[in-house]
Amino acid sequence: MNQHALSQTDRELLNILQAGIPVVPRPYAACAEALGLSEEQVVSRIGEMLAGGLLTRFGPMFNVEKMGGEFTLVAAKVPAESFEDISEQVNAFPGVAHNYEREHELNMWFVTATSTKAETDALLRAISEKTGLTLFAMPKEKEFFLELKLKL
Amino acid sequence: MSPETKIAADELERRIIEATEAGLPLVVEPYAEVARQVGTSPEIVMTTMQRMLERGAIRRIAAVPDHYRLGFRANGMTVWDVDDGDVDRLGALVGQLDFVTHCYRRPRHLPGWSYNLFAMVHAETREEVMKKSAEIRKLLGRSLRGGDVLFSKRILKKTGFRSRGGTR
Repeated sequence: MNQHALSQTDRELLNILQAGIPVVPRPYAACAEALGLSEEQVVSRIGEMLAGGLLTRFGPMFNVEKMGGEFTLVAAKVPAESFEDISEQVNAFPGVAHNYEREHELNMWFVTATSTKAETDALLRAISEKTGLTLFAMPKEKEFFLELKLKL
Repeated sequence: MSPETKIAADELERRIIEATEAGLPLVVEPYAEVARQVGTSPEIVMTTMQRMLERGAIRRIAAVPDHYRLGFRANGMTVWDVDDGDVDRLGALVGQLDFVTHCYRRPRHLPGWSYNLFAMVHAETREEVMKKSAEIRKLLGRSLRGGDVLFSKRILKKTGFRSRGGTR
């Protein structure tokens, strides 16, 4: 599936849905009218996109930091020969939410999700002890907020 | 309102989060459905969610696309070493580019890691990511001391974030 397989209506719908729907009794009414669909069609199309995996989620996007949660991006240089083992060890920690292999000397990049800074510190110590890795914590210092994303 | 039907604001928010964590109910009147689930009126649910939007606890009520499935096969984390005095002003500009999905200022780890501005770029191909990276480079202009693009090779783990963190 690539984006060219999407109909023009799907594309427009995705652009609207990425920007967000309002908090009103019938939040799909305006978007349905703009696309020449019924509200029911909009809702069922969202359901199909979720089921088909085009959307990973649809709903309120919670700001975890403002709700007492903490995310930290962490980088590490993992030796190629032990990459798979170390990846398994790191992923086994429930506080590790995402983990990516990237093409760089720092080849492992993961994100921890905890409730407090102290928990993040403890988690990073535990991962470091378990794996022997030197970890580079890169918590966000500032977020440059973005409105509408990825025009389709 | 009688004491037994009045739900405290914190408790109400907690219940709304629980009811919508997996997503908004897929019905034409989703807030009314959330209200049924949390045991209050649609008006109270909407007022509460509007308040959460205003103070930033909810960023927006929106779709999160799977970039890869939508044809954005290449994902490059562009990283930049930008003068400390200019990084916030320029970060705001980079964040407005429509191909940048996340943009953050992060601490350097000298001497090995001098990059303090991160901008995630999704595109259909690597070449396209590099073109977009060049656009960012141009925007950063004289304040830029260096940059790099880290392409993702493999997703090693991906779980849904829980609203309160730590549990998954």
